Amino acid sequence: MIIRITNLSKKFNDFTAVDDISFSVEKGSIFAFLGPNGAGKTTTIKILTTLLRPSSGKISLDGCDPVKNAKRARRSFGIVFQDPSLDDELTAFENMELHGVLYGIPKKILGENIRELLEFVELWGRHKEQVKNFSGGMKRRLEIARGLLHHPRILFLDEPTLGLDPQTRYHIWSYIKNMNQKEQTTVFFTTHNLDEAERMAEKIAIIDEGKIITQGSPQQLKEATKMGSLEEAFIKLTGHHIREQSPSHSDKMRRQHQLLKH
Amino acid sequence: MRIIYILWLRQLKRYARSKARIVGSLCHPLLFLVALGFGMGDIYERAGEGDYIIFLSPGIIAMTTVFSSIFTGVDVIWDRKFGFLKETLVAPVSRLKIMLGRTLGGATTAMIQALIVLGITIPLGFEFNWLMLPFGLLFMLLIAILFTALGTTIGSVIKDLQAFHLIMNFVVMPMFFLSGALFPVNGSSDIFRYILHFNPLAYGVDGVRGSLTGDFYFNMPLNLTVLVILTSIILFIGSCIFSRIEA
Repeated sequence: MIIRITNLSKKFNDFTAVDDISFSVEKGSIFAFLGPNGAGKTTTIKILTTLLRPSSGKISLDGCDPVKNAKRARRSFGIVFQDPSLDDELTAFENMELHGVLYGIPKKILGENIRELLEFVELWGRHKEQVKNFSGGMKRRLEIARGLLHHPRILFLDEPTLGLDPQTRYHIWSYIKNMNQKEQTTVFFTTHNLDEAERMAEKIAIIDEGKIITQGSPQQLKEATKMGSLEEAFIKLTGHHIREQSPSHSDKMRRQHQLLKH
Repeated sequence: MRIIYILWLRQLKRYARSKARIVGSLCHPLLFLVALGFGMGDIYERAGEGDYIIFLSPGIIAMTTVFSSIFTGVDVIWDRKFGFLKETLVAPVSRLKIMLGRTLGGATTAMIQALIVLGITIPLGFEFNWLMLPFGLLFMLLIAILFTALGTTIGSVIKDLQAFHLIMNFVVMPMFFLSGALFPVNGSSDIFRYILHFNPLAYGVDGVRGSLTGDFYFNMPLNLTVLVILTSIILFIGSCIFSRIEA
């Protein structure tokens, strides 16, 4: 198992975002981590990627504990965040270059690798342009290209195809699938697009209100709930009521920034 | 070194591309120079203290360095809010290197701002000893590193800009007004001179002024020692805090 989580919890004061969850991910597999808004998906990914410290529980990531040996754990993964994480003042190429340097990609091959990935996401023609001039979809494509640049052993994708058209989604998933097969890259992703999860994932875990409510292959989940599609199974397991997610601190700041600009 | 360099370069590129920031951050120093320099110049001269522009200019240069540095350091708050910080925090590199790259980048942009202000003061009548300029630059650099590191440390602890403005108003502004940047320390009250000894910026202002004009209140070795020690402490504390930052 390349990822093993045992009794993991994360509390923010009185609020328990992740509540005693356990699951594991096989090396070289594609794993979908699903749940409604505010279920604890992003918090779990943040803990796994060393951005948050857990309140309790054990984690093993590619054989090491990210809490005790964060730097070694960070060498094993790449991540595409749910929220934007590009520097808007830099160009597309500069964002990629900075990432390449941070991940120790040799100078000799960095330029060529950047070109290859920017061509793949069809942004090479605008590689000298500042990211602030890009549309939301272009930024997303750039974030994905950046996450793939250093060919990680584990790839975390937090709602990677959010805001992308079907053509781009198909294109990107083909690349990820190819990388998963050729390089045995483990893919851990979250999505609200359940067709995507059903098509891509070998195993799924569903989290709701901080707890894992079920896990298994898409077929097993459908059989267990006696539903024809993963979406129906998901709704049966998590209920019909709409979840409210309060705006994050980042959302509030972005709003404030927009107001200041106008 | 490659990591520190790329993060340093990032700060410089961001600075060079933000024309509004360059112009905006020059407004304050220019206002102080013109309003105080010409408004108070005659009174200062009649009091037998000499040319106020020559006294004031090093203080304004130090002010530019401090404010540019601390604002650049606090960029970490914006990077946190707009997501870029996460990109650096998940990278398999030591956070000390990230802190150093950011700090040196911020210090360099602050130095550029300070040099622009120095250039502006010359036609306004600021005369200084060109041979001592390297020492003046050394003190400006120390102030820049100290306050960028301080800004980064503050930015690592607080999460919103309102709290940062509070720190600016209650810590940095008093530090500046009580540093001897705007008025001579000799002849001022005992309380002010006592407080001055505990104000790190006072050693920076005195270092810049003393190097450029020869008018030291303390002395060069003391100024250098205090600034080097304080900068090292803040860099150490800052990197410890920065290494524990959560996003």
